[in-house]
Amino acid sequence: MNDFSEFLIKIRGLTFRRGERLIFDQLDLDIRRGAVTAVLGPSGSGKTTLLKLITGQLQPDAGEIKIDGQNVHNLSKKELFQLRQRMGMLFQSGALLTDLTVFENVAYPLREHAKLSPSLLRKLVLLKLEAVGLRGARDLMPHELSGGMARRVALARAIALDPMMLLYDEPFTGQDPISMGVLVRLIHQLNDAAGLTSIVVSHDVQETAQIADMMYLLSGGRVIAHGTPMELATNDAIQVRQFMDGNPDGPLPFHYPALPLAEDFRTRTRGRSGWH
Amino acid sequence: MALTSLAQFGRAGLNTLQRIGRAHLLLVACLLGSGALLWRPRLFTAQLFNIGVLSLLIVGISGLFVGMVLGLQGYYVLAQFGAEQSLGVMVATSLVRELGPVVTALLVAGRAGSALTAEIGLMKATEQLAGLEMMAVDPVRRILIPRLFGGMVAMPLLAALFSAVGVIGGYFVGVGLLGVDDGAFWSQMQAKVDFQEDVVNGVIKSAVFGLLVTWIALFQGYESIPTAEGVSRATTRSVVHAALVVLGVDFVLTALMFGA
Repeated sequence: MNDFSEFLIKIRGLTFRRGERLIFDQLDLDIRRGAVTAVLGPSGSGKTTLLKLITGQLQPDAGEIKIDGQNVHNLSKKELFQLRQRMGMLFQSGALLTDLTVFENVAYPLREHAKLSPSLLRKLVLLKLEAVGLRGARDLMPHELSGGMARRVALARAIALDPMMLLYDEPFTGQDPISMGVLVRLIHQLNDAAGLTSIVVSHDVQETAQIADMMYLLSGGRVIAHGTPMELATNDAIQVRQFMDGNPDGPLPFHYPALPLAEDFRTRTRGRSGWH
Repeated sequence: MALTSLAQFGRAGLNTLQRIGRAHLLLVACLLGSGALLWRPRLFTAQLFNIGVLSLLIVGISGLFVGMVLGLQGYYVLAQFGAEQSLGVMVATSLVRELGPVVTALLVAGRAGSALTAEIGLMKATEQLAGLEMMAVDPVRRILIPRLFGGMVAMPLLAALFSAVGVIGGYFVGVGLLGVDDGAFWSQMQAKVDFQEDVVNGVIKSAVFGLLVTWIALFQGYESIPTAEGVSRATTRSVVHAALVVLGVDFVLTALMFGA
């Protein structure tokens, strides 16, 4: 049986370095079709980098990422762009085109890739904006939106082409409690209603646990635990407990790798003049 | 210590070479993808407006003053040899051959090149370029190519305007204020300014400068470090590099065109 009928994405032996630093070390990860998979980890554990690797924006040093049977990093540019038309990505900043109105931003991928009549295009865009509750904001410019609204517009744009999968980069960061609740519900609804496969990269444990079917916990370039939210909530491994409960002390490093403090007092700091 | 500085020197050299290589790869990608513009001419006309039409005022006013100064200075030099009636030739030749293309290129680098670098740099910093890529839209085709060709086409037109307004400035000072003969001013210009040698060479120069200035501006923006300081440094570099390259290449082109 074809493995990809159950899993949309299979990551095997993924290794990625940034300079001297090893970000991923032989990472294995599977993303189940039609499910919400959350990838959790402390800041700097390479979660955003993982999304960039999955979408082919970065090249791995070793290993492979297969989406629907295609190895992302062996595709030609044309094939990669065809694959990306079936993916939507929600950037942390929203990444809206600042010169276009909300309406035009959502219409952009449709104008680029689908030949639609103006009236059909208008209806589709209004429907997408309705789904995120911002039909009334269609004539605003991106700088007139709050951070939460911008992210919802970006979500409407990400689903404009009815993709097979959606990738969310830290969707809950910096949201007020209401926007947070709205986003959590939206992600859940979109996944169920449209039959999408979703990957949520986040460090907000509680919000993510509400919507995820499967959670992966990353640290030190590897998966340290995975399972349903319930399984992780009852996992007794000390590393898992530290992250899930938010304890500052434990095996997961809070500090960026450094010399011992006493030794560091004797070294010089790379400085920047002009600020004092 | 000496070894570390040698290593640093080597690394800096390699980095520079890599940057130059990437700049050329970007140019090749732009030229190869330029056919895409045929399908979307509005992208091109929008940039022609941004780079060309919005620079009209600064180029026109500068041209007028440069022409007036040429009229004044030229008159005093030529009068010493009793050749003040040749003022028209002097003004027109210097404008069409040199000052038109070069000063226009410097003005466009400051007015439009800096804006291009800042625009692309900020699009990078705000993830708009990555966003386009994720929408399966190639930023090179959609963002860079229209700007590159907009700059290449706008520059000769702006340089022509600069020269034309400059000649009028020279006429105003020479004929209007200093008493050069009206007929001599125009007839000598008509007789001595050669279309092939002067005008066509001037147009070639400004087209080359148009390519160089926009290419440098786009590359600096595309390669900028996506932070406040990074974009500001890239903008400065864009203007400085463009100015130096324009002046250097102008010497080479002048030597090739008029040297023999």
